Amino acid sequence: MPKKHQAQNSPVIEYRNVSVIRAGAPILDHIDLHIGKGERVAYLGRSGAGKTTALKVINGLIAASSGEVVIDGTSIAQHALPALRRRIGYVMQQPALFPHRTVLDNIATVPRLLEWPEERVRSESQRLLEQLELPAKTFGARFPRMLSGGQQQRVAIARALIASPEILLCDEPFSALDPLIRAELQTLFRSATEARAATTLVFVTHDVREALRIAERVIVFDEGRVVVDTPSSAFMKHEHPLVRRFVEA
Amino acid sequence: MNDLLRLTGEHLLIVAIAVAIAIAAGVPLGTFAHRRRRAGGIAMRVTDIVQTIPSLAMFGFLIPLPFIGGIGARPAIVALVLYSLLPIVRSTFVGLERVDPHVREAATAMGMTDRQLLWNVELPLATPAIVAGIRIAAVTAIGVATIAAAVGGGGLGTLIFRGVAMVDTRLILSGALPAALLAIAADLVMTQVERFFARRRGEG
Repeated sequence: MPKKHQAQNSPVIEYRNVSVIRAGAPILDHIDLHIGKGERVAYLGRSGAGKTTALKVINGLIAASSGEVVIDGTSIAQHALPALRRRIGYVMQQPALFPHRTVLDNIATVPRLLEWPEERVRSESQRLLEQLELPAKTFGARFPRMLSGGQQQRVAIARALIASPEILLCDEPFSALDPLIRAELQTLFRSATEARAATTLVFVTHDVREALRIAERVIVFDEGRVVVDTPSSAFMKHEHPLVRRFVEA
Repeated sequence: MNDLLRLTGEHLLIVAIAVAIAIAAGVPLGTFAHRRRRAGGIAMRVTDIVQTIPSLAMFGFLIPLPFIGGIGARPAIVALVLYSLLPIVRSTFVGLERVDPHVREAATAMGMTDRQLLWNVELPLATPAIVAGIRIAAVTAIGVATIAAAVGGGGLGTLIFRGVAMVDTRLILSGALPAALLAIAADLVMTQVERFFARRRGEG
């Protein structure tokens, strides 16, 4: 299922000597990274390690202080951000659904920005909701407030996936959920994203098991730097002390 | 009786025109204040100060002014607009301020432009707060409008002032009671409108 390497040659996301400095302190410290098309990457690290910042420079929610982030061969600075962001899905810890819009209208956000025909919006969102086991018939017309946290997060995932983004960015999407629901959502998330082989996934987490479950490559951040970059399969045996601490925790 | 109806109509018309103008100016002003903190802060301070001017004094200030002042319905409307501005500007600001920053971040991350963020997300979410501001503005304006009669603005205040001058309690009450009822009715109606908007976003 995970289609690997053909990827590596054509980087979709490239960090070129990227630093982010806030209040004189580096949050990201000279990062160089290549992420290939269709790769599934986890950014792992303790809180404050810089992984979320590394994620947010990809869709320009945070601007690099120096260096550049290159998407599809073009520097972020040269992209029109709204247009670029419509090609990049984004899911964070909070579902952050639009409280004044129904489930279906939430999911339709990006397609409507892209001016899809309504017919296509409807059929795609229904299909996606089925896939995430949240039947549109029952849930489509509900408002976010009427859903549980896990259900809201599924809607957030559907909202991020509907326009088949080239890149999907996830910032600890499951860490606010209780363990049973988290495991269930991880499984649903895996199958929904693996069905979109062309989508490059960057997934921020502080949970090793989650990283290994979802990604095929793990990048460990510490104090704003990349300290380990390894295939998931080799992670458990990696000798870096931080990895050992993660594995033994 | 005929007089009463005519004056009630006048009263409502003055208030409606003033509140409509205050909405048209206040919502953009509140939005601006939210976007540009520094300049917006000054605008809010000014509306704050205007609000503290006693209404009779306000009408007094307006009498000598050309174009917007003088005697009649025009200075009355100008004064009511000034009084209605603060609650609307403030509630717009507060409504926008209360939008969950995560929701704003999600909207931006999905590729909404600044304008789309404002129209599709922020203003709809701020609507219940804005409506609450309009309710306060309308109720206040109905009250202040009774004083407008002092500068020839018409409305139910005419009966009150006439009653005071003639020491006729019945005449005073014939203006005061309908004015009070109008204020209560406006409050009730606007509360329902507020509920309607709250329910529309699934809170009811």
